[in-house]
Amino acid sequence: MTILLIGMLAIYAAGIVLPPCFPGRPRIQNMTAHGLAAGAGLVGIVLGIAGLLASAPLTLSLPSTLPFLTFAIRLDPLAALFVLAISLVGLAASIYALGYVTEFYGRASIAVLGALFNGFLLAMILVVIADNGFFFLIVWELMSLLSYFLVVTEHEKAEVRYAGLFYLIMTHVGTAFIILAFLIFFQAGGSFSFEAFRHPEQPLSEGMRTLAFLMALIGFGTKAGIVPLHVWLPYAHPAAPSHISALMSGVMIKTAIYALIRVYFDFLGGQFPWWWGFVVLVIGAVSALLGVMYALMEHDLKSLLAYHSVENIGIILLGIGAGMIFQTYGLTEFAALGLLAGLYHTINHAMFKALLFLGAGSLLYATHTRNMEEYGGLLRRMPWTGVFFLIGSVSISALPPTNGFVSEWLVFQSLFLSFHIPTVLLKLMLPLAAAMLALTSVLALTCFAKAFGISFLALPRSSHARQAEEVPITMRIAMGLLAVVCVLLGLAPMVVVPMLDRVVAPFAGMSIEGKVLALDGWALAPVNVEFSSLSPMALALLLIALSALGLLLVVAFGGLVKQRYYKTWGCGINLTPRMEYTATGFVQPIKRVFSTLYQPTVKLETELLEESRYFAKRRRFEFHIEPVFQKYLYDPVVAFFIGMAERLRVIQGGSLHLYLAYIFVTLIVLLLFAV
Amino acid sequence: MVQAIILVVAQTIVLLAVSPFLVGLIRKVKARLQLRRGASVFQPYADLAKLFRKQPVVSTTTSWIFTATPYIVFASTLTAGLLVPIFVSSTPLNFAGNIIALVYLLALGTFFLMLAGLDAGSAFGGMGSSREAIVASLTEPAMILSIFAIALTKGSTNLSTIVHKTALLEGIATDPSPYLMALAALFIVAIAETGRVPVDNPATHLELTMIHEAMVLEYSGRYLALIEWAAGLKLLVFLTLIANVFAPWGIATSLEPAALSIGLAIYLVKVSGLAVLFGVIESMFAKLRLFRVTDLLGVAFILALLGLVFFYVLRG
Repeated sequence: MTILLIGMLAIYAAGIVLPPCFPGRPRIQNMTAHGLAAGAGLVGIVLGIAGLLASAPLTLSLPSTLPFLTFAIRLDPLAALFVLAISLVGLAASIYALGYVTEFYGRASIAVLGALFNGFLLAMILVVIADNGFFFLIVWELMSLLSYFLVVTEHEKAEVRYAGLFYLIMTHVGTAFIILAFLIFFQAGGSFSFEAFRHPEQPLSEGMRTLAFLMALIGFGTKAGIVPLHVWLPYAHPAAPSHISALMSGVMIKTAIYALIRVYFDFLGGQFPWWWGFVVLVIGAVSALLGVMYALMEHDLKSLLAYHSVENIGIILLGIGAGMIFQTYGLTEFAALGLLAGLYHTINHAMFKALLFLGAGSLLYATHTRNMEEYGGLLRRMPWTGVFFLIGSVSISALPPTNGFVSEWLVFQSLFLSFHIPTVLLKLMLPLAAAMLALTSVLALTCFAKAFGISFLALPRSSHARQAEEVPITMRIAMGLLAVVCVLLGLAPMVVVPMLDRVVAPFAGMSIEGKVLALDGWALAPVNVEFSSLSPMALALLLIALSALGLLLVVAFGGLVKQRYYKTWGCGINLTPRMEYTATGFVQPIKRVFSTLYQPTVKLETELLEESRYFAKRRRFEFHIEPVFQKYLYDPVVAFFIGMAERLRVIQGGSLHLYLAYIFVTLIVLLLFAV
Repeated sequence: MVQAIILVVAQTIVLLAVSPFLVGLIRKVKARLQLRRGASVFQPYADLAKLFRKQPVVSTTTSWIFTATPYIVFASTLTAGLLVPIFVSSTPLNFAGNIIALVYLLALGTFFLMLAGLDAGSAFGGMGSSREAIVASLTEPAMILSIFAIALTKGSTNLSTIVHKTALLEGIATDPSPYLMALAALFIVAIAETGRVPVDNPATHLELTMIHEAMVLEYSGRYLALIEWAAGLKLLVFLTLIANVFAPWGIATSLEPAALSIGLAIYLVKVSGLAVLFGVIESMFAKLRLFRVTDLLGVAFILALLGLVFFYVLRG
């Protein structure tokens, strides 16, 4: 396993170093960079599986000359699970990039893009296997910076630069909180090694533990994209090249989920007051609902997907939060179930979100626009992309028998088990969270009916869509790979659940594999068969068999009468794309019903003919949705800092002597303190 | 195993055979209340037979989604129906999914219908899909909460367990109020989900009011037959849910032939009674404006929530 690990890291390193060795030959740069990344991804998949099955965690350590820093690596089941997810998505993204990156020939340096891509993957892998706080912070920062550089690949566009800056600021605010959290552990443990974090010399006081909980929640929550710290996602994810978006949305934000589990269940030992879990649960429910609500109003396909990441992080946190609450009350098996459900959804979301982002990238590749209103009819032009995008859409909408449904079902079950909790407040809040989850998932379904229906069905809405062509084979293979993984993750819980159980068992203190699986693994039955059961395979077979029955009935009752093709009735005139329902129109009722949240502003200007006021010469319609969080939360903060800066300008005289005097005074003050 | 397969096949046949009858029955009740004689209650069978024989016209704008959707909707609704105990309290497919799986199976059908509505490119279809989306969004939370209230009293989310326990009078709360509130909520949900007045009108083809009918406007021939049949099945699934979850008495709790035939007879009486009730409700109310439907479904949500609160408060 050590060889696998070192091999993987070495291949990624080669992927960073080699591409720039072929200057001026973008094709070779592309092949080396992404070929190596794909190879490393394959090794990583094997390593992840081996790590999950291993009896003891793999550890490696290299000393460094810096104090407190050791390059320590530990591959326990939790880390292995994330290595597996990163490698799988990384593999798909690498294959995809072989075709997709051709778009950037001559526009951006492929060597830099490829090297950054490998570096980014390497940094993410190191984040999840780091076993030293200092080392973790270095690779975490590396991951953030490299992803920033990747986001601004198309830096000639102003909005991309803005998105990059926004992301950079947000992620650093987050990192600051993470550093504070780690310093709390460091103070108690006297060392940055995770082992010392786990078992500090003097135990943390209750106040310090709470502080660590909150700091980690804010710090990692910023990266994960929880509401209200989610504002950077819909800027940064669409701005990046699509295979990078897939990595960012699919796995990078998941490293924050990894870190949260690491801190709460590992460092803090799974001992917490009830309100911690409750806070996580509420944040989860709010993120899920608001994420999907804002996604509905987006017509930029990639922004829409970015908002869905907020939603799915919320669903993951619902599972984890429920698990934390159960843990407080000593309901260990339910705690394990909640955590397992959250992790299952983490893996599933990584797969289908990466798939959808790659699909969105294919649409961008084929049509050169991200605006959904300019798509349409693409299922005929791009049949493969269409099928893969449909599989992703069905999965993310949590429809049976896909993987998204299975994990969301598990989250539902863990919320439903809340009647075992002794507190009435929580007994009521968990079902309410379940109701919010129900609303979230049906809104997600609506959103993807919109995304798929408007993009792929009916008539093409623009010349871009009319001339679209199916994407190159490498891009299709990458999407196909993820689509197959999505289907398998849903149909084979008997393979997935035992693996997740190995991750969860050390934290919960018990293995629940036998309590979640029933009928030799063909059905899921959390806690017991009497309470609930689900067999995705049986549902899939039933659906196929009954579709066949439908066909049989058709043949039996009428025979397969040859069907006639004719144009759609357009009320007497020929149908044009302008008569079709638009994405904006599709969600209009939702906008109206939830107008308290959206606070839409509509502006309608009509210029009438002079001769008659019944005929309009020109109409202009505009509508906006209030960006509530930016307006009421971020703008005041930004205004405050700018105001402070204005005031501090007085001390900046511009004279070198003055600045030297400042330094001198500071030095004296510090010396006085030292005495 | 053989027994299980026979039961599943029997249940499939009953579902398929009974659902058009209920559609006809509701139409008949409405006609009688409007002082018309109305068509025979068996008219829907004739309609289906006719549609199956007719040549379907498919729009040139559409993709394979349009022709695949009727089969998917048919299969998902029927699968959902097989998860509900009908005339015997323990269905062999109990292991395949609980009541949440049922809700999501129905959502699978809705999802593809929404896509099909958009596929033909006509504004009617898109309008139907868009409206269906908002109605579905508002019913789902109420449905999950009312399910939860029921699941709590029975300690299970598996339909067979719930029905079995109720039939044997196990776990009946001393105070039935949580149960009644959940029932009221589920009743409203059923009306909304099956597209009945006052939420939607299955008999209308007026663009201002139609929801479901707008979505399936482009369908004809065998495709329309499958969709109509699936709509009937969905109605039957909801009526069965209400009948068997809240009043399962008379359902066969063993596999004795006598018990089975009594169970089947009583089941038919119960769902027919509920269908008559649906017909009466349809005749008594006018269809609500789309944006007033939110109020009705809000009531359903609050009722379900109150059921839950009552359950915990009463048990202390």
